Amino acid sequence: MHEMGVAMQIVEIATASIPGHLPGARVAKVNLKVGKLSAIVPDSLTFCFDVVAKDTPLEGARLDITEIPVQAVCNACRNEWTIDQPAFSCPACNSGDITLLTGRELDIESIELAEEE
Amino acid sequence: MLLDGINAIRACHHKEGHPHHHPHAGDAPVETHSHGGREIKVVRRVLDANDFMAGVNRKRFAEKHVFVLNLMSSPGSGKTTTLEKTLQHLMPEFRCAVIVGDICTTQDADRLAASGAPVVQINTDEFGGDCHLAAHVIEKALGGLDLDSLDILIVENIGNLVCPAEFDIGEDKRAVILSVTEGEDKPLKYPLMFRECDAALLNKIDLLPHLDYDIKLAAANVLQIHPDMPVFETSAKTEAGFGPWLEWIKTSVKEKLG
Repeated sequence: MHEMGVAMQIVEIATASIPGHLPGARVAKVNLKVGKLSAIVPDSLTFCFDVVAKDTPLEGARLDITEIPVQAVCNACRNEWTIDQPAFSCPACNSGDITLLTGRELDIESIELAEEE
Repeated sequence: MLLDGINAIRACHHKEGHPHHHPHAGDAPVETHSHGGREIKVVRRVLDANDFMAGVNRKRFAEKHVFVLNLMSSPGSGKTTTLEKTLQHLMPEFRCAVIVGDICTTQDADRLAASGAPVVQINTDEFGGDCHLAAHVIEKALGGLDLDSLDILIVENIGNLVCPAEFDIGEDKRAVILSVTEGEDKPLKYPLMFRECDAALLNKIDLLPHLDYDIKLAAANVLQIHPDMPVFETSAKTEAGFGPWLEWIKTSVKEKLG
């Protein structure tokens, strides 16, 4: 529900990542990782991104979202598994003492510059 | 999870992207070459500006010896009444203050001010109608409080089970309130909120005789998302079940402040 603010932040970070010696460069693509447990709806984020990218070096850029599954490790028996149901106990030993390895990402991995015309 | 249409987007538009950048180690973009356009590695958390400010807040709270509780809930779960009653029991043993967030109106602040605790109202419509309180908003609100004369700061977040879970504000503990007039399956529908919190309240239990609500199932659903988390069954109206909730707060305060 806060996708607009997240989109604004993405545009800001991506714009700041354009090398200083390439003024006027345009961004063709932003590669983003979004964990399945983050409170982000990818379709909504894409819509907001297209809106806020207008009149910036990212106008028309594609937001490439890779969804990251929720991976956990059990601190009791070291079992590792993918959480794809709303249940966070270890399926092997039933311990609730677990650590999430992935699934909370909201990271910009890279930007790709447009070919010069 | 997402409301339809532009109104929802406007309601949740916010200025998380405040303009200045903070230096981070390894921040400099690294250029690599790929087929087609040039790819530039970035590798940054989108919310790192918020995380940075949350860290600033947390350091300040530590220096001032203030315990901070981030209280979150769905709208209408009895958050403000719970907070009113909680303040009555914590004061004067503890010196308390409240930051209360709403998109509009100061009604909650007016109610809470009757407790005698200093109250700072944040209306997020001046920050773009945020659906949550971000760390920089809390930092701004701290200007209205004397941290030297406080033991406990409670932040009443915006009523919303989605967005506030994503934003660290520098707090020590997080609690979420759900009421028994909502579905038992809410914890399963909003797993991030219940993963991120340290305690959950199932509130309005005085209404249970009138409802087909399975409170055992609701509590089990909380534990399915966050095993071992304390779940308190409370009524802010009658103060039933308040003992263990207050005890949890006091224990958490002592853990931090000694």
